[in-house]
Amino acid sequence: MQVFIIRRFFSSLVTLWILSMIIFALIRTSGNPAELLYDYPGARQEDIDRQTAAWGLDKSWPEQYGAFVWNIVRFDYGQSFQYGVDVRTLYFDRLPNSLQLAFFAFLVSVIIGIPLGIMSAVRVNTWWDSVGKLVALLGLSIPSFFVALLLVLVFGVKLEWFSFLGRGDSFWDLKHLTLPAFSLGWFFSGALLRVTRSSMLEVLGSEYIKLARLKGLPETTVIVKHAFKNAFIPVLTLAAVNLVVSINVAVVVEVVFSWPGIGRLLFDGLVNRDFPLVQGVVLMAGLMIVATNFVVDVLYGYLDPRIRITR
Amino acid sequence: MESEQIPVGELLVAPGRVSSLAKKSWGFALEAPKLPTLILLFVVFVAVFAPLLAPHDPESTVKPVQIFGPPVYSGGEWTTPLGTDFQGRDIFSRLIFGARTSLIIGLLGTVFAGAIGVSLGIISGYLGGFWDQVIMRVVDAKLALPSLVFGIFLAATFSPGLWTIILILVIVFWTRYARVIRGEVLSLRERDFVKLAEVNGVSAIRIMFKHILPNVTNTAMVLFSLTVGVSVILEASLSFLGVGVPPPTPTWGNMLAEARPTLISERWTLTVAPGLCIMLLVLAANLLGDWLRVRMDPQLRNR
Repeated sequence: MQVFIIRRFFSSLVTLWILSMIIFALIRTSGNPAELLYDYPGARQEDIDRQTAAWGLDKSWPEQYGAFVWNIVRFDYGQSFQYGVDVRTLYFDRLPNSLQLAFFAFLVSVIIGIPLGIMSAVRVNTWWDSVGKLVALLGLSIPSFFVALLLVLVFGVKLEWFSFLGRGDSFWDLKHLTLPAFSLGWFFSGALLRVTRSSMLEVLGSEYIKLARLKGLPETTVIVKHAFKNAFIPVLTLAAVNLVVSINVAVVVEVVFSWPGIGRLLFDGLVNRDFPLVQGVVLMAGLMIVATNFVVDVLYGYLDPRIRITR
Repeated sequence: MESEQIPVGELLVAPGRVSSLAKKSWGFALEAPKLPTLILLFVVFVAVFAPLLAPHDPESTVKPVQIFGPPVYSGGEWTTPLGTDFQGRDIFSRLIFGARTSLIIGLLGTVFAGAIGVSLGIISGYLGGFWDQVIMRVVDAKLALPSLVFGIFLAATFSPGLWTIILILVIVFWTRYARVIRGEVLSLRERDFVKLAEVNGVSAIRIMFKHILPNVTNTAMVLFSLTVGVSVILEASLSFLGVGVPPPTPTWGNMLAEARPTLISERWTLTVAPGLCIMLLVLAANLLGDWLRVRMDPQLRNR
């Protein structure tokens, strides 16, 4: 097991290393960020040169790459162009808001995805299943910004049930939370539904479910206690991975609802060509997701010994 | 099978063969689910004939900006059936031309990504060893980032434009193809016809493109149709965030972006129309993709 964890850990490191090289190379193709900072009429060349030197961009590529990696390791992504503050500070200020939104989106996706997935599997090929398929399809096909705009239009503007600007004050401020959480969670509920359905179908076909039914146990007990208990590992994993992913892909939803999270930070960086900010947020997303995949694989290694051998 | 030559006599019946092939593909087309096919054909039709169909120039003002023409249902005029936007441009015409941009970007991005992804997937799977390691590690690294985040990063790096967006789609989506195709090639590589070709001294390049490529085209087609939807969404998202195709060129994504500030005033067509268009296109692509997946995989067909 230790060998497996160590091997998996190093392959995660390799992934991160290559990711850092891809991002480093792409940044270099975009030109000198110092020229972006002094991108206004009347900017002086010596200012650009001074800034270039200050960022160490006049050094050779290997040296620059070394500094780049060292900075990543220390979570130091330099200063934001527009705010003049450390990107790290900005990032960790906004992170709680994104976590909050991601958590509620997670709740929404679980509430929609899992029960519908179970019903689709239990009543396979009935109208339950059709509804499930429709929800899964729409979850994948409606872009989240359209869901968000529609919700704003109907529940925010027309019916005035919910607020659609900003975050509110408390963690449980559902007036502000409901619409963004639903827009973000909608997308993930489709995927969750599919996984729940297929994993339930697999379990429901097994011998011990037949035995439980033969014993005359009530159908609810069979489904909840015997079937779902065994089907829920992949479901839970997906939900957890989605939770991490949704912290990072909430950009569009956060823009629509003016939610002060990481996505909004990324968007501001993008619009104002604040390169250190964009780069920092993207690198953090990569770190977070690689770490999550590592944890998931190690947990699976514990649960299922076969995985340890094949990898 | 390497030196297969068609005798002269057989050449004479060639037309018959062609027509039976046509019949086959026609039958195949008839089997396709009707609704998504119709939607796709309709979008293609609109995109091709946009200049003939659109009542106005999509990029110029047709009504005074202040009036902000309402759609027909609330007393607007038939010349601008869906009303005009905040610059007085006809929404209906912009929708029609938007189909063009969205389709071109979605299709070209997916096709190029497919070409690169399939080639690298075959190389990686067939050659194995060093190149396999290199390509697959890059794929792993790229899959660590959500496509939207990576797309935004690329959009921030390059200057915006139609071809930039296509390039971004290619960079973001080639890995999807490469990973799946590689898996497929790994099993094809062990099959007898490949082994035979190897024994006969056929060059690796020829094996990859003559013997393996035709056997992965089904998978590539399925991946293609499933990726079209995602790339239309990614393009729309980038345009929505203002880093896609720059205005005034209409795309459904940047129309939605322009609609956002006017949500409060009751001009809902501005939002709903382009959003519905994106949704229908993606829905149709996904439905066709699902159908193709089942149709191309005999094991799945009877489920």
